[in-house]
Amino acid sequence: MFIPHTEADRAAMLEKIGVQDIQELFEAVPEKFRFPELQLEQAATEMEIMQELDEIASANFSVRDLICFLGAGAYNHYIPSVVDSIIRRGEFYTAYTPYQPEISQGTLQAIFEYQSLITALTGMDVSNASHYDGATAVAEAVNMAYAQFRGKRNKMVLSPGLHPHYRQTVHTYVQGTPVYVVGDRPEELNNGPDGLNKYLDADTALVVVQYPDFLGRVYDFTDLANQVHHAGALLAVAVNPIALGLLKPPGEFGADIVTGEGQPLGIPLSYGGPYLGIFATRQQYVRKMAGRLVGETIDNRGQRAYVLTLTAREQHIRREKATSNICTNQGLIALAATVYMSILGKHGLREVAELCYHKAHYAAKKIAEIPGFSLGSEAPFFHEFGVRCPLPVSEINEHLLEYGILGGYDLGQDYPQLKDHMLLAFTEMNSQEDIDLLVDSLSEMVTEASHA
Amino acid sequence: MPEPQLCDISVPGRRGMRYPAVDVPKSELPAGLVREELPLPEISEVDVVRHFTRLSQLNYAIDLGMYPLGSCTMKYNPKVNEDAARLSGFALIHPLQPVDTVQGALALMYELQEMLKEIGGFPAVSLQPAAGAHGELTGVLIIRAYHRDRGDTQRKKILIPDSAHGTNPATSAMAGMEVVQLPSDARGNIDLEALRSHCDERLAGLMLTNPNTLGLFEENILEITEMVHAAGGLVYGDGANMNALLGIARPGDLGIDVLHYNLHKTFSTPHGGGGPGSGPVGVSELLADFLPAPVVTIVEEGDEEIPPLYGYSTPAKSIGRVKAFYGHFGMFVRAYTYIRMYGPDGLRKVSEHAVLNANYLRVLLKDTYRVPYDRVCMHEFVAEGRWADAPDIHALDVAKRLMDFDFHPPTNYFPLIVPEALMIEPTETESKETLDAFAAAMLRIAEEARNNPDILHSAPHQTPVGRLDEVKAAKELVLCCGVSAPAI
Repeated sequence: MFIPHTEADRAAMLEKIGVQDIQELFEAVPEKFRFPELQLEQAATEMEIMQELDEIASANFSVRDLICFLGAGAYNHYIPSVVDSIIRRGEFYTAYTPYQPEISQGTLQAIFEYQSLITALTGMDVSNASHYDGATAVAEAVNMAYAQFRGKRNKMVLSPGLHPHYRQTVHTYVQGTPVYVVGDRPEELNNGPDGLNKYLDADTALVVVQYPDFLGRVYDFTDLANQVHHAGALLAVAVNPIALGLLKPPGEFGADIVTGEGQPLGIPLSYGGPYLGIFATRQQYVRKMAGRLVGETIDNRGQRAYVLTLTAREQHIRREKATSNICTNQGLIALAATVYMSILGKHGLREVAELCYHKAHYAAKKIAEIPGFSLGSEAPFFHEFGVRCPLPVSEINEHLLEYGILGGYDLGQDYPQLKDHMLLAFTEMNSQEDIDLLVDSLSEMVTEASHA
Repeated sequence: MPEPQLCDISVPGRRGMRYPAVDVPKSELPAGLVREELPLPEISEVDVVRHFTRLSQLNYAIDLGMYPLGSCTMKYNPKVNEDAARLSGFALIHPLQPVDTVQGALALMYELQEMLKEIGGFPAVSLQPAAGAHGELTGVLIIRAYHRDRGDTQRKKILIPDSAHGTNPATSAMAGMEVVQLPSDARGNIDLEALRSHCDERLAGLMLTNPNTLGLFEENILEITEMVHAAGGLVYGDGANMNALLGIARPGDLGIDVLHYNLHKTFSTPHGGGGPGSGPVGVSELLADFLPAPVVTIVEEGDEEIPPLYGYSTPAKSIGRVKAFYGHFGMFVRAYTYIRMYGPDGLRKVSEHAVLNANYLRVLLKDTYRVPYDRVCMHEFVAEGRWADAPDIHALDVAKRLMDFDFHPPTNYFPLIVPEALMIEPTETESKETLDAFAAAMLRIAEEARNNPDILHSAPHQTPVGRLDEVKAAKELVLCCGVSAPAI
């Protein structure tokens, strides 16, 4: 299949090496454990495996089969055809990390443009070439803040409105370090940005908030940034990049670090990955930032060209002294986001953001009119909001599924006080008809329940 | 001519994409929170496509030729993988859907866990880590959690051979462990005496790459794992070089307690110009309870007519979650496809031919390029790019000159213990003709090194750009379009 050797090739190669058969090459392997019989299914041909995979895939209900109102950190957006046609080019997806710039200018320039677009979108000075996802990008922000203060400030404040997976990931990352995490108390969810002030002191290294937060709410963080800076700490804002098509960028609030889940930028849902960890910061912190970075320079022929730069920060040079062990970035996924931002551009991204915004607000108004349902918060929101329901969320979702609707996220899982609260998300993929069907289905449930 | 930047081809008023009009009554935008400027480019679809297509043509890639890139396993990426991952039942499912609507995805993940367990010889696997270094972090945190669970909080010392990849020490430091470097012996194995001297009550574990980064199978592997275990430590296996071991030996059988697999190296998922990777972790029975949460399990056994019901569980003493959701699912589909297409006999053939190819090249080159640890190698070997009679030539010059012959250079200056190292890994997907052509290019370059050294120093000549001014890049730090930032 993908091994091209003929019998004659093998014979000639073995003779050249000076051994009788291939097995002889493995004598360094302890005999007792050499050549185990692997208990795996026998090989399938391409035709057979595609049939098998078709069957497995068809056991899933996709967002093509269902109307999707589920968000909570991963969003169903339209992906222009251009995106996949570019990232499916073998020259991009079968290329290696661009350590050899002379034959990697395509990848390098694409990353450079990714960095340019991310800084423009977030209002920050520099972006790295990306991290694994939104959760690990926050963990890297914690890492960077720890490195910035060299252990003199070890307290990290996480807003309870930060995605639960992001908070859990940070807790995992820091378990071997002197860093400690405060603030992520579910019961303080409604305290707003001011509620974090009480955690600021001389040991605070970093405050992390989300924009829009996990419940879709949007706050102005200007005052918080001032307070955080007054305490000598850094502010990180985890963003949804689509929201930044409409909303003030965190750079304007005075954020020191912007992280984000880049999935909404043209990346398929793909059951949670691979996604894209956005990471941008201020110029003064660039040397403490982890991850790959591409810079512009010239070659020995005087041409403009690109190269991985400041590599001396990274693990392959600094080894145990590096800020992070990060090695890969999300190369191809960052390319997809770059193509997405290029094709949508200034106008397209604003349109998508506004479509999301208006549809969500239409839905919120309609749902709040259904007896028994009410909005979980009065705060401004972007394209996602919490709804208090008259029935358990799981029951509602089962009912919605019968109508071909993928319902919302059960907030009670992460916030005990939000039992029977559902988080619903709206994008340009949801037509008014879809939203009306959702509203009708919810109303019907209430009617049925009251008759039962 | 260099390709212009996006900001250069942007023209006010141009559009690449149009969206339907808003079909619901509009709401008021949030006061004070709307941005005034969105400084993104304005480009037509044609121009976007041409820009990125032209950029793609500046890249080298597996689809264009061989990457003899030691420690990175750049094998062919089957096209069927790409179709598989894009099936709508895989690409268009939301990670938080109720599990009964994604039983196919869970079945595939469960089966992939089973396959990786079998191939690595481990009773438990987590698919969650996003890349090799991420798998390492997961593994070291598991080792740490294991010792703490037993009250051994003083066990913080992680031993790392001097030939190891930089992520090993970086990961250990990030997990709050103390790094101690171990020397290699004259045959390229771990120095057993040095190892013994560190086997004490502070030992947390040893991070071992086997075959090591010299491409050599650790000849004392059983003695090493026994010694570490006897001292109460655990052995971490860096799976970067797993392509030598499929159906050859199972790391779990050799006494490795935790290992990360690189789906993007061994199991043919594409490197994508630097990611996404995927670094599942396999562990021994002792460590199964510490795996990151969640893992895929069977909730209700099936029978002949009904498939099992799959769901998630959280291991009892889990280190926690290492990323959002469950891992790089799109990569799982590709790796599953690959393993199913090879089956048990095919996987063994993969490693056999990877090793055959490496040894063939070693023999073709070793009289011209010194191979400091010259014994039968596994899937890669390390040669030196230096000659006494060509004193100004370095491994870098050899590497750059190779580009003129349409080959990607080998990994160079790594491992650190070999001077002017050229680390060569051909993989099983290269034919004898390609290997012969590569060897011929290498031999010709060795001749040029003596007869025409300038052509090496000024190489490459045939590439879109020549050698770059890396000092300028680091000094001026121009990191985005249209902005020239001052150096700090």
